[in-house]
Amino acid sequence: MMGRTIFIDPGRCIGCQACVSACRECDSHRGKSMIHLDYTDEGHSVASLPTVCMHCEDPVAPCAEVCPADAILVTADGVVQQADTTRCIGCSNCVNACPFGVPKIDLQAKLQMKCNLCYDRTAYGLAPMCATVCPTGALFYGTVEELQAERPGVQVADTFVFGETEVRTGVAMVVPAERVQWPVPGGLPVVEINGKDVRR
Amino acid sequence: MTADPRAAADRRTFIPLDPSLAPPGTRAFRDAGGIPADQWHADQNGETLVPTHCCFCGVQCGMYLRVDRGGKVFGVEPRNHDINRMRLCPKGINAYQQVNHPDRLTAPLMRRSRDEEFREVSWEEALDFTVSEIKRIQQTHGNDAFGLLGGASLFSEKTYLVGKFARVALKTRHVDYNGRLCMVSAAGANKLAFGIDRAGNPFSDILLTDCLLIAGSNVGECFPVMTQYVWGARDRGASLIVIDPRETAIARTADIHVALKPGTDSAFFTSVLHVVIEEGLTDENYLAAHATGWEEVKAKAAEYPPSRAAAICGIPAEQIVQVARTFARAPRAMAWHARGIEHHSQGVENCLTVINLCTATGHIGKPGAGYGTITGQGNGQGGREHGQKSDLLPGGRSIMNEEHRRQICEIWGIEESELPAAGTSMMEMVWQMQRREIRGLIGICNNPFVSLPNYQVVKEGYDTTEFHAQFDFFLSETAANAHVVFPVTTWAEDEGVMANAEARVVKHNKAQDPPPGVRTDTWAMCELARRLGAGDKFDFPDSRSVFDELRVASAGTVNDYYGITYERLEETGGIAWPCPTTDHPGTPRLFEDGKTYHPDGKIHLQVVEWHPPMDPYDDEHPMSLTTGRTVAHFLSGNQTRRLGALVEQTPRPWAEVHPSHGFRNGEPVRVVTRRGSEVFPALVTEAIRPDTVFIPYHWPVPTAANALTIDALDPRSKIPEYKVCACRIEHAERIDEVPAPPVAPGHVAYPETQVSRTDPLPPTAPQGRGTSERS
Ligand code: SF4
Ligand code: SF4
Ligand code: SF4
Repeated sequence: MMGRTIFIDPGRCIGCQACVSACRECDSHRGKSMIHLDYTDEGHSVASLPTVCMHCEDPVAPCAEVCPADAILVTADGVVQQADTTRCIGCSNCVNACPFGVPKIDLQAKLQMKCNLCYDRTAYGLAPMCATVCPTGALFYGTVEELQAERPGVQVADTFVFGETEVRTGVAMVVPAERVQWPVPGGLPVVEINGKDVRR
Repeated sequence: MTADPRAAADRRTFIPLDPSLAPPGTRAFRDAGGIPADQWHADQNGETLVPTHCCFCGVQCGMYLRVDRGGKVFGVEPRNHDINRMRLCPKGINAYQQVNHPDRLTAPLMRRSRDEEFREVSWEEALDFTVSEIKRIQQTHGNDAFGLLGGASLFSEKTYLVGKFARVALKTRHVDYNGRLCMVSAAGANKLAFGIDRAGNPFSDILLTDCLLIAGSNVGECFPVMTQYVWGARDRGASLIVIDPRETAIARTADIHVALKPGTDSAFFTSVLHVVIEEGLTDENYLAAHATGWEEVKAKAAEYPPSRAAAICGIPAEQIVQVARTFARAPRAMAWHARGIEHHSQGVENCLTVINLCTATGHIGKPGAGYGTITGQGNGQGGREHGQKSDLLPGGRSIMNEEHRRQICEIWGIEESELPAAGTSMMEMVWQMQRREIRGLIGICNNPFVSLPNYQVVKEGYDTTEFHAQFDFFLSETAANAHVVFPVTTWAEDEGVMANAEARVVKHNKAQDPPPGVRTDTWAMCELARRLGAGDKFDFPDSRSVFDELRVASAGTVNDYYGITYERLEETGGIAWPCPTTDHPGTPRLFEDGKTYHPDGKIHLQVVEWHPPMDPYDDEHPMSLTTGRTVAHFLSGNQTRRLGALVEQTPRPWAEVHPSHGFRNGEPVRVVTRRGSEVFPALVTEAIRPDTVFIPYHWPVPTAANALTIDALDPRSKIPEYKVCACRIEHAERIDEVPAPPVAPGHVAYPETQVSRTDPLPPTAPQGRGTSERS
């Protein structure tokens, strides 16, 4: 299924933010980090979780789908690029469309920016900055076979459901063995809308 | 929706990158076949990658510094070095920003009294003034009235020079270093038990173990890159035991997390040994062949049944049994510890109980079985091996041993009668400064105003000195108190070696020339020595010449560096000492032949009796205060509190408290000890014991953890008891401002920080440790 890509293993993340610092150092948007680090159970646990762009494959990049200026380009090998600065109008459509909350808008420059899988490095056979430095391997770059060779029995998922919608991604998550039936629930479960319980 | 991803891709054509336009840095990698060989590369853009190591912690990750056409360091690239295999933590990634930081000191600063402002002066003037003050003080009050304090972030060559400079040029017995605040307890314990002062196993052995016990070490934050070994062991199915009052990132995934009360570690480990003995899990053959003192240790362990230890440690007794079974039954088990059990008035004893446990179970000296201590500072290991410590001469020789004295005097070309006796430890020197027994001081690469306990005492001590000079590349809080500040090089502007936590000696390379006005510590020390009349003993043009003398001075000792040369280090990426000959491969793992470095070749087990911490609890101070590090900052923060990304990541300290105290997240909480009180934003989390408060220590007053900690010392290692003192917490009105690091006159503050260094006070608690308020 997947070629060389990033695998995210939240179980290994120590919240050190090396990935955040490293992303700032990568040349495609030097000085700005495109990675988020979330603390999933604050106050109870120190658990943390990095989010990079998931490089959605199917449907092809919702961010790119909704972009009125056709600024978000997808390479033949499935990397969803950050907005082309000559086309982006800073409308934030992509921010709203992304189910993973990835794109960021530089309000001053009125430009979108997001993880482009370090295209400046991966195009030349180097691993992305964040996955290179991650001290724990919570971010791993390689093929699924390489991952499994290093971590016997590890299970990954690349399909997520958001309500009725399924999204298949280029970047995959390591999931607990008992969770291996796909798809994996994405985002927070919707419980209530306008005071109405919408659980089935 | 489009089913075929290619369809959309076609609609939005992406023009592939032109390989000839590869950005700087990547080109060199690509040319080297993706993974860089350990050589210096220059690409067409004139960018060079200089292989070196991180300047910060004891992991000593390999990295490349990116150097531009003009010879200036401007970035970092991961390096595929054995230790870290491309990994870096945020400190390592941002370290390069220090090199050309606008806060760098570029001319000596001087003033004749502390009431005056600093003025920039020439090296000539600063050196002359320093030498005349040294002479004045020593002529009136004796040689020992002048002291020298070194640092464990210096290259080993420089630490060797610090020791030699004190004894030969200053002729004082008062020399010590800030590694005294780091891992000397472990060093003392290892010396007592094994006759050698270093970790027993390389990091790579962690991958081979079946049970990993980590005691008092927040590996995830303090030694992040070591985590890959921990997770690697987990991948192989190793069980993980973590002993820590806090649920750290490592503890979160442990099989057993023992959240014991600070200051009770030796009772815990002795009780674990008790269970091991009770259940017949000791390795009696190993003990009979390789250890002395077992009967006495066994008798003492009998006094610590789990019921008693559980009450002392504030943990369930079953946990002790579980730990004993898991550790002792594992085919191969390992124990790694750090400051959490070492920073105590019983630090040496704590480490000894861990050694007793490893020995009793036979987990010593095998692949995947052994012990290790994780050094906090980059050269925490190497920094004490060659005579910077008050009681040691080069090669780990004892300064009170006649034979050792004679050997070194021969190498140094001085009479034995000229060599001073042992001095006192760092904290004791400060007490002597308070009492005017030490009247003048040179500090090299240390910042005691933030890093020593009981700030009031430290400040008084320094304020009392008649003359104080400091070597640094930023104006630290301590340097701001000095009469003379010498601007010296960063790690990227000189070459030299460091020994990491595995005792692997690695070489740092020079990546750029120092800015005009900046000199190397080596040059400055030699120049001072020359002016003090000892120039002939300090004819060292560069680091290499110092290293060659160091090699000779260590030959034949336990800490044998003789076989290590710069060339070999460059070829191999690091060699573990002892390495007696130039064709010796080094010694990554100790005791494989079952022999220790004691004359009888045995492990000398030591009896340990637990005693309560030095600062007693009472109704006014019922809780424990414990301190530690955060991943974004390094030690006193003099270096990391100036780097934008790290300041943004962790802008200020906090007090971590359990929800049961009724604080809301971010609320001001006053922490009161017998030394003083300070206010911090509360970080409310279940990840800490209810009877314990945690404060990270990288900041100066008014938010300095060390204004609250006690200056009680371990009687043997003289390490301060940072990790436990009695305190109480109460509600407060407001939080004191976090001071920005002092900026040198004539320099501007770092312009590109993402946050201003005086930004308004904490909207929320700092990230990373969790909060109980949900928005
Ligand atoms: S670098 Fe790795 S471990 Fe650290 S925060 Fe990022 S993903 Fe987590
Ligand atoms: S892949 Fe590159 S651009 Fe994307 S988050 Fe990682 S470092 Fe940043
Ligand atoms: S601080 Fe330590 S773990 Fe971080 S990069 Fe430097 S040597 Fe590696």
